[in-house]
Amino acid sequence: MTPLRTTGPPDGIGVEAATASGTAASAEPAAKPRRRFPTHLVVFIAPAAAIYTVFMVYPLLDSLRLSMFAPRDGLQTFVGLDNFVRLLTDDLLSDAFWNAVWNNLVFFAVHFVVQNPIGLLLAALLATPTLRGRGTYRTLLFLPTTLSVVIVGFIWQLIISPVWGFVDTPLLGQSSTALVTLALMSVWQYVGIPMILFYAVLISIPDELTEAATVDGAGAWTTFWRVKFPLILPTVGIVSVVTYVANMNAFDLIYTVKGALAGPDFASDIMGTLFFRTFFGFQLQQGSSTMGATVATMMFLLILAGVLLYFYGWQRRVESYQL
Amino acid sequence: MSNRLGRLAPAVGVVLALAACGESVDPRQDTDAGDTEGTGGGGGQVTLVMESWRNDDLAIWEDVILPAFHEEHPDIRVTFQPTAPDEYDAALDAKLSGGTAGDLITCRPFDVSLRLYEEGHLAPLTELAGMEAFGDVARAAWSTDDGSESFCVPMASVIHGFLYNVEIFDELGVTPPETEEQFHQLLDTIAADGTYAPLVMGTADQWEAATMGLQNIGPNYWNGEEGRQALIDGTERFDDEQYVAAFTELASWAEYLPDGYQSMTYPDSQNMFTLGRGAIFPAGSWEIALFNQQADFEMGAFAPPVPEGQDSCYISDHTDIGVGMNAATDHPEEARTFLEWTTTAEFADLYANALPGFFPMSDHEVEVDDPLAQEFLSWRDRCESTIRNSYQILSRGEPNLENQLWDLSAQVLNGTVEPQEAAVQAQAGLDRWYEPQQQ
Repeated sequence: MTPLRTTGPPDGIGVEAATASGTAASAEPAAKPRRRFPTHLVVFIAPAAAIYTVFMVYPLLDSLRLSMFAPRDGLQTFVGLDNFVRLLTDDLLSDAFWNAVWNNLVFFAVHFVVQNPIGLLLAALLATPTLRGRGTYRTLLFLPTTLSVVIVGFIWQLIISPVWGFVDTPLLGQSSTALVTLALMSVWQYVGIPMILFYAVLISIPDELTEAATVDGAGAWTTFWRVKFPLILPTVGIVSVVTYVANMNAFDLIYTVKGALAGPDFASDIMGTLFFRTFFGFQLQQGSSTMGATVATMMFLLILAGVLLYFYGWQRRVESYQL
Repeated sequence: MSNRLGRLAPAVGVVLALAACGESVDPRQDTDAGDTEGTGGGGGQVTLVMESWRNDDLAIWEDVILPAFHEEHPDIRVTFQPTAPDEYDAALDAKLSGGTAGDLITCRPFDVSLRLYEEGHLAPLTELAGMEAFGDVARAAWSTDDGSESFCVPMASVIHGFLYNVEIFDELGVTPPETEEQFHQLLDTIAADGTYAPLVMGTADQWEAATMGLQNIGPNYWNGEEGRQALIDGTERFDDEQYVAAFTELASWAEYLPDGYQSMTYPDSQNMFTLGRGAIFPAGSWEIALFNQQADFEMGAFAPPVPEGQDSCYISDHTDIGVGMNAATDHPEEARTFLEWTTTAEFADLYANALPGFFPMSDHEVEVDDPLAQEFLSWRDRCESTIRNSYQILSRGEPNLENQLWDLSAQVLNGTVEPQEAAVQAQAGLDRWYEPQQQ
């Protein structure tokens, strides 16, 4: 849910709206002389900016700083990019790191190809005008999203446990299946988010458009793909980038179900769990706050790269229609 | 609208019920809160907080051990504040560096605590009155490498072995094994009967495979202390035949484990055994208290069976728990008073009987009442004791041997790594950073 806030179209829109109405109100009487300094903007932005700076920007910058230090003779010494060089070249560290990056991308890919299409399908079904009991379905489908990840992990672990549950294959115990199983558990939990976002767009499409399409002889299938889908496309982009950010930051479900070692043989180790082990240590492995910060910085850079790719590669090109 | 809300009600009900279940899983918090309210405060009383990973023991500390101390020292209140075992080290580290850790610190053995001492988080206790009640072996886990300074009072060790369901053994007419050959025959008999899982253990949590598997049977292969020291000195290597043999024996367990053991967690195995669905549980003595509560059948214990033609037996009698003092505590005098009390015969007796399966390490004579605990303790007389070979020194570098053994033991059981290959990988890990092994 956090990424929704940080990517922040709602905030952005709010600010723009405030600016627009503010300037409109104050600019009219004295339009020509120099504009007054927009104090109200500062007042409106300050609380959010202050909180954001203290709890997001400062910790982020400080962890970037920390990643360039290393303990030498009991003191933290500036070492430049040494930690990054070690992380990427040391055979132990780089194996673990690339394994985690790869697993993380798989984790994201499963969400991307399973969660979002299912979310879209459910949204389309929910938006069917003839559907009865819409509110109930909507609530039920969204419910898992509000559950604690600990509960979700625990319930699914029991359901698919060969000892207590319905499945004979130890899905969570084999390197080949563990990661995908975990990803699908997470899909089950969070499918409500894309669903509700797509649904919001679908119900905002004016009936005139679909009626016109029907008059033109289009069936439901054609209407969906030729009329509704292009209108959803911008939201598909938003949903994808939110999925990317949330999944590259994922940690809780895997830690809950598989522990910090993310077994078997690190088959479900993602960057979040790798960071946890590196930073805090695990069992007899000693933690290193500086190397942990380095892993965190790499996570940040990877997420940043993905988001930039989205903004420049997709967001700017996709056409949005004013309805 | 109201109609819609009406339809929502059952769903909301379900959620509330689920939420309620989620919370009631952890009754400790209630006990904890209740107790501090009831006993905290009071004029001139000093409250000491004790950090621990033994959340299973909360009730025993609060109902049995601490009241005895409070009676003798009414001016000191000790509250026991455990953290989940696998989060303890990380949480404690964070709390110590943030200055919010408790006054008394439960100490992990060897390097974890040694590092805390070297960083100045643990106060030196060499001069503590009562420390003379502990021998060198007991103190080794919480002393500097040269043994000159101690920083935690040794509290308990745990012994590895096997617990078995006596009813199942009677039903199938089998007896506890002495040798490995008998052990395998026994497992075959239980497997042939097919009603029960012969061995109850899973590999999902990994540490079980290493701790209750490899470190349990291993000392018989590497001759206990002799082999452990030889690894540290660099005169033996992890890919020597005795280590390969230990991994091979471990790998042979795979066919006797329950179906789907690859995804069985530690609580799964505990439940499966105490529900009577399995015959033998590779165990540590710390299980005794919990199993006595949960199992409604009689249990027995046998020591790790010895390989063919071996006369002497070795057990893992692992120094596991110590207690030390936060160097930054506001109440060093009171904390010392408590620590001195933990060196007494009274404490040893209380502890050993309140927590059967955790064996005191002081030289005081202690009578243990629990028959299972007695059985475990009796092996000390006929077998040689050793500790887990990955704990002292060998887990100081990257990769650290302990975490590697978790991974390798689990993989050997899962069949994804051959025993020979596992031994080679463990040695490669040591070769990477441990000088005595590099020559």
